Amino acid sequence: MPACLPKVWRLLPAGFLLIALPVAGSQVNTSSGWNMPPGVTGISQNIFSLHMIIFWICVVIALVVFGVIFWSLFAYRKSKGAKAAHFHENTLVEVIWTALPLIILVAMAVPATATLKQLYDTSEADMDILVTGHQWRWHYQYMEEDLSFFSNLATPRSQIEGQEDKGDFYLLEVDQPLVVPTGQKIRFLFTSNDVIHSWWVPDLGIKKDTLPGFINESWTRIEEEGTYRGQCAELCGRNHAFMPIEVKAVSPEAYQSWVEERKAAAASEAANVDRERSLDELMQRGEEVYTTYCAACHQEDGGGMPPAFPALKGNALVQEESGRQQHLETVLHGRSGTPMPAYSDTLSLADIAAVITYERNAWGNNSGDRVQPAEIRELLDSDD
Amino acid sequence: MSSTLPPHSDKQQALSDSAAGGAAASAADHHQSAPSGPLRWLLTTNHKEIGSLYLLFSLLMFFIGGVLALVVRAELFQPGLMFVQPEFFNQMTTMHGLIMVFGAIMPAFVGLANWMLPLQIGAPDMALPRLNNFSFWLLPVAFTLLLSTLFMEGGGPNFGWTFYAPLSTTYAPPSTSFFILAMHLAGISSILGAINIIATILNLRTPGMRLMDMPLFVWTWLITAFLLIAVMPVLAGVVTMMLLDINFGTSFFDAAGGGDPVLFQHLFWFFGHPEVYIMILPAFGIISAIVPTFARKRLFGYASMVYATASIALLSFVVWAHHMFTVGLPLVAELFFMYTTMLIAVPTGVKVFNWMATLFRGSISFELPMLFALAFIVQFTIGGLSGVMLAISPADFQYHDTYFVVAHFHYVLVPGAVFAILAAAYYWLPKWTGVYPSEKLGQAHFWLSVIGVNLTFFPMHFSGLAGMPRRIPDYALQFADFNLLSSIGGFLFGTSQLLFLAVVILCMRKKGKKAPANPWEGAEGLEWQLPSPAPLHTFDTPPEFIPERDSPSRS
Amino acid sequence: MSTSHYYVPASSKWPILAVVFLGFLALGAGWQLTEGKGLLLLLIGVLGVAWVMFGWFADVVRESLAGLYDAQMDRSFRQGMAWFIFSEVMFFAAFFGTLFYIRVFALPWLDGEGAKGVTALLWPDFTASWPLMSTPDPSVASIEGQVNPWTLPLINTLLLVTSSITLTFSHHALKAQKAAAASRWMLLTLILGGVFLVIQGVEYVHAWTELGLTLQAGIYGATFFLLTGFHGLHVSIGLLVLVVLWLRQLRGHFTPEQHFGFEAGAWYWHFVDVVWVGLFLFVYVF
Ligand code: HEA
Ligand code: HEA
Ligand code: HEC
Ligand code: CUA
Ligand SMILES: [Cu+2]
Repeated sequence: MPACLPKVWRLLPAGFLLIALPVAGSQVNTSSGWNMPPGVTGISQNIFSLHMIIFWICVVIALVVFGVIFWSLFAYRKSKGAKAAHFHENTLVEVIWTALPLIILVAMAVPATATLKQLYDTSEADMDILVTGHQWRWHYQYMEEDLSFFSNLATPRSQIEGQEDKGDFYLLEVDQPLVVPTGQKIRFLFTSNDVIHSWWVPDLGIKKDTLPGFINESWTRIEEEGTYRGQCAELCGRNHAFMPIEVKAVSPEAYQSWVEERKAAAASEAANVDRERSLDELMQRGEEVYTTYCAACHQEDGGGMPPAFPALKGNALVQEESGRQQHLETVLHGRSGTPMPAYSDTLSLADIAAVITYERNAWGNNSGDRVQPAEIRELLDSDD
Repeated sequence: MSSTLPPHSDKQQALSDSAAGGAAASAADHHQSAPSGPLRWLLTTNHKEIGSLYLLFSLLMFFIGGVLALVVRAELFQPGLMFVQPEFFNQMTTMHGLIMVFGAIMPAFVGLANWMLPLQIGAPDMALPRLNNFSFWLLPVAFTLLLSTLFMEGGGPNFGWTFYAPLSTTYAPPSTSFFILAMHLAGISSILGAINIIATILNLRTPGMRLMDMPLFVWTWLITAFLLIAVMPVLAGVVTMMLLDINFGTSFFDAAGGGDPVLFQHLFWFFGHPEVYIMILPAFGIISAIVPTFARKRLFGYASMVYATASIALLSFVVWAHHMFTVGLPLVAELFFMYTTMLIAVPTGVKVFNWMATLFRGSISFELPMLFALAFIVQFTIGGLSGVMLAISPADFQYHDTYFVVAHFHYVLVPGAVFAILAAAYYWLPKWTGVYPSEKLGQAHFWLSVIGVNLTFFPMHFSGLAGMPRRIPDYALQFADFNLLSSIGGFLFGTSQLLFLAVVILCMRKKGKKAPANPWEGAEGLEWQLPSPAPLHTFDTPPEFIPERDSPSRS
Repeated sequence: MSTSHYYVPASSKWPILAVVFLGFLALGAGWQLTEGKGLLLLLIGVLGVAWVMFGWFADVVRESLAGLYDAQMDRSFRQGMAWFIFSEVMFFAAFFGTLFYIRVFALPWLDGEGAKGVTALLWPDFTASWPLMSTPDPSVASIEGQVNPWTLPLINTLLLVTSSITLTFSHHALKAQKAAAASRWMLLTLILGGVFLVIQGVEYVHAWTELGLTLQAGIYGATFFLLTGFHGLHVSIGLLVLVVLWLRQLRGHFTPEQHFGFEAGAWYWHFVDVVWVGLFLFVYVF
């Protein structure tokens, strides 16, 4: 099978719609926009050529069938005095049009089988990454390194709600992309923390469901450096449209230094837990955390969506000293039986401290209260 | 209560080969017992009245489901959250799918079956008329219950019409229990309806009509009914398991307790795939009736049509996991389901080719039913071919859960199943009401529908290939143009359906050209021997049927 | 074959009443499950449905006795019953399919075997077994023991198989115009069925209280109660039908030639019996 078809082939499907589609004020396009992207891996390119082969076979079949039909409609019009013939069966043609499609199908099945086998061969990978779907963000864990993080939608709500112009990568940008080295065979392990999600990056030719309690596998080897974007492809609840994927493929050297950097940053954060933070510092970090993790339910302005999602603004629990302990408990452990998730495993100590501080001081909640990471650590330790 | 039993009518009815006059005359003597007054429609056991109820119900559901689709299209008009919030959007998508599949398409076909099967096989009514009444009236209850979930706390079903666990169990809104019970009611209705249809076909054919003498609409419904009886109970089973997971702490779909969320999908699609053929086989039967009529030529390959239908039905039991190619099936399963799915193209191709050969060297005219039937053949084939592309498992890794799939199934369902239902309505309205549907309105309806439907769903192929996932209320900028077109098309197609409503209302009020017993020059079959409109009670005595003369398979 | 006129039954109030009560039933059940307030409505629904069934069947019986039904109507009833039983077969097929899928695929995968064995990374301490004594997440449940197939379940198998045979004897007696013998065989069938249900109840209590085998006890408990529970429900319905048939027998409703009601009930009973044999083999023995 040709790994890549002549370029002109790729443009042709576009031709069909060109008749119908006046390309009206097209905005920034990140891909060709008409057809499946050929992608940047052997698999994705094989899938692409497979796609083009079956596409053209289907086009030819359609043209033949529609050709005969339209010609018959034209040639045998009653209004032009056509008299109906009397035949109504013919074993030979019936055998032919049973056998011929069968042969065509076999011809399609052969390359399809080969590609599928390739797709399933996860053996001998150079590295493993565990991808965990969460409502509604991705978590990446580099199995051979002591390294893991969440990857969240980075498009601001103001763009989504239309108060601001939409950026080029509207809904396709994240705060921390998955960074991988080029040229290496990477095995992905997929699982989920809650419902089924599906990790899909078209340029890599990978789409795999993440199942709670089970692990799926897939693999890739990216040859070209670049940023490849994708989205969650399985309905997973309210923010299904808002959990994009960004994969950054860099040279192995750049990858190594990125890993070192990340590890150093993590180590210094851990060492820093005991440092007293100022209100400003906590508020600044807290706002970021709040917009990423909490605003989806409690809203940017803390107003919530009662009765389903309580307002935090003006909420006694969040404002007054008496509610402080319960506030902490709620954020750390969630409220079972409600959508309110537990964040003790999701967020770092510093982030938890920051977001709680933020909630206690934002939107006119001015309690002046500060929560320090060390306090969170103590609380968690005492829980065990 | 039925202590007032109808006298076992021995009044003689003319047993002539044009039963027309006789049937009309007998209409009067039969019905001391026919319910009248306000309860009439609640109590009716007459297949024509029940058929009409089914058809009107399904039209109502089509409009409701359509309006929900328009909410979806309005939200997707442009990037950005415009009209509705994501949680509401998900409810709209879900409810649209459920209402269209279970409320619009299936009842429409059952309605056609109720009206036409007895007429086509020369039976006086359905085999089990009281059961028939029961089957119909369950539907309004089921769908009122279903729609009412939208107003409950936490909202209605928001997990897609495929309701995958655990989104539909552990993470579902409280109204899900009501959703499950509504599905049970609709399921009971379908099963009993199908039993009735099978009993009618196998048992009430007029003497002389063998199985291979039946019109194809009867054949396709026989096979469809079999599919229904085989898979609706599986749906009932799987929603029951959901109910237990939600309310009684079982762990069928939860790995922590030893279950598996993918098990849900296997069970659902074991039902779901045959379900999609349930929505297309009767359509095949309709097209096989209309094309020969307006080509004035016998259907090509009657026998192979029957065998093809049966093959499609049988194959449909072993292809279900093509909806689950990316769920992490073992390689052998992936290959098995890919091959079997591809095989379905063969019998379906036989059907398309047979219609093609029927047209070839016919004497073709373009009345309204024919227009819809021709549009069906072309557009269904487009949808079928994209289905074959989806069947190629490795390629489906890119197509799955994108708008390419949405394009595929709307092509087979809207310009497919819906057009076939419209074709059937235009074809049989003269028989039902005694007047021809308005040619002017019908023409406008047809052309606007064809343009609208293609404008809506053709661009979805492209947005899907370019990478737009389905079931999202907001999307990246490169999909904007396609969505704009789809939304415009959706509203165009939607509003055009009001023309159909007008056509139907005019016919029901008998406004229009009077139709003779056989309103179409080339039409054959027992139903055309009856006067138009068909009297309430027909074929009190079995009509004469001489295979050599009346069978569509006569040689 | 050749009746020159078709028989068409008259319309009746029962179907619409059935719809109304089923509606109550669904509404009540849903309300009960979501807010715990639907019990009364549910009860009305259940009783209403039962009332309708009796009323509806009574009408049919009356019409049948009045000789209104012809051979064709009889065939329609037969077809209807046969296909209804087929639909029930498919209902149970879904549950058996569940059992096989769990045992053949899901549990081995969770334990690290087969095509999706990597899954074991998530459940390092889990070992698959059937019956599943401890779930992948041990906090869900563990059970203390399993039901021994060779005690109560075996007895139950014998009871139910025997009851199918006695029912057949009753049928033969009916056809041989031995009404007294027929109803005696029927009575025996009823007793066997009743004892089956009692034993099943005893076993449930034993499983629930002593073995810790509950609906919540992971997938073993779930499939166990799903299959045996729905089977038990069907036995109860079947038994009710047989009771009615027995009463009709006593009143001499059936003739050696015309007794479709009897046959329909018998088919149903045999079906329930066959399902049990499947259950005995795959839920208890293997
Ligand atoms: C009426 C309904 C209907 C019909 C008839 C079909 C028909 C077919 N469908 Fe479709 N399908 C749906 C309704 C239907 N489908 C729905 C609702 C979904 C989505 C569900 C959801 O997820 O919500 C779906 C999804 C769906 C998928 C899953 C996609 C995904 O989620 O990733 C697949 C994959 O294989 C598929 C395949 C097919 C095939 C091979 C056929 C075949 O039967 C088509 C056969 C017809 C032809 C091929 C054309 C005529 C033939 C010829 C002219 C002969 C020559 C042809 C060749 C040799 C190729 N369908
Ligand atoms: C079974 C048949 C069927 C039919 C007939 C339709 C008809 C239509 N569908 Fe449907 N659709 C499905 C079955 C069907 N669909 C299924 C199964 C899904 C999957 C759901 C899921 O993901 O779970 C789906 C999903 C689906 C989506 C994807 C949603 C998503 O992924 O988020 C979209 C998006 O455009 C869509 C659009 C439409 C439109 C515009 C029509 C139009 O054809 C509708 C036209 C009809 C009307 C509009 C009503 C009549 C008009 C009036 C009452 C006049 C008044 C109207 C105005 C105000 C203009 N459908
Ligand atoms: C998925 C939705 C969701 C997200 C995301 C979410 N919450 Fe909540 N939250 C809830 C719900 C629902 C409740 C109400 C729980 C109840 O009814 O007891 C709640 C309650 C709370 C309360 C207690 C309010 C009260 O009056 O009882 C606090 C404090 C809170 N959340 C903080 C947060 C913080 C901090 C974050 C992010 C780090 C967050 N929530 C993210 C849904 C969410
Ligand atoms: Cu996660 Cu969709
Ligand atoms: Cu399918």
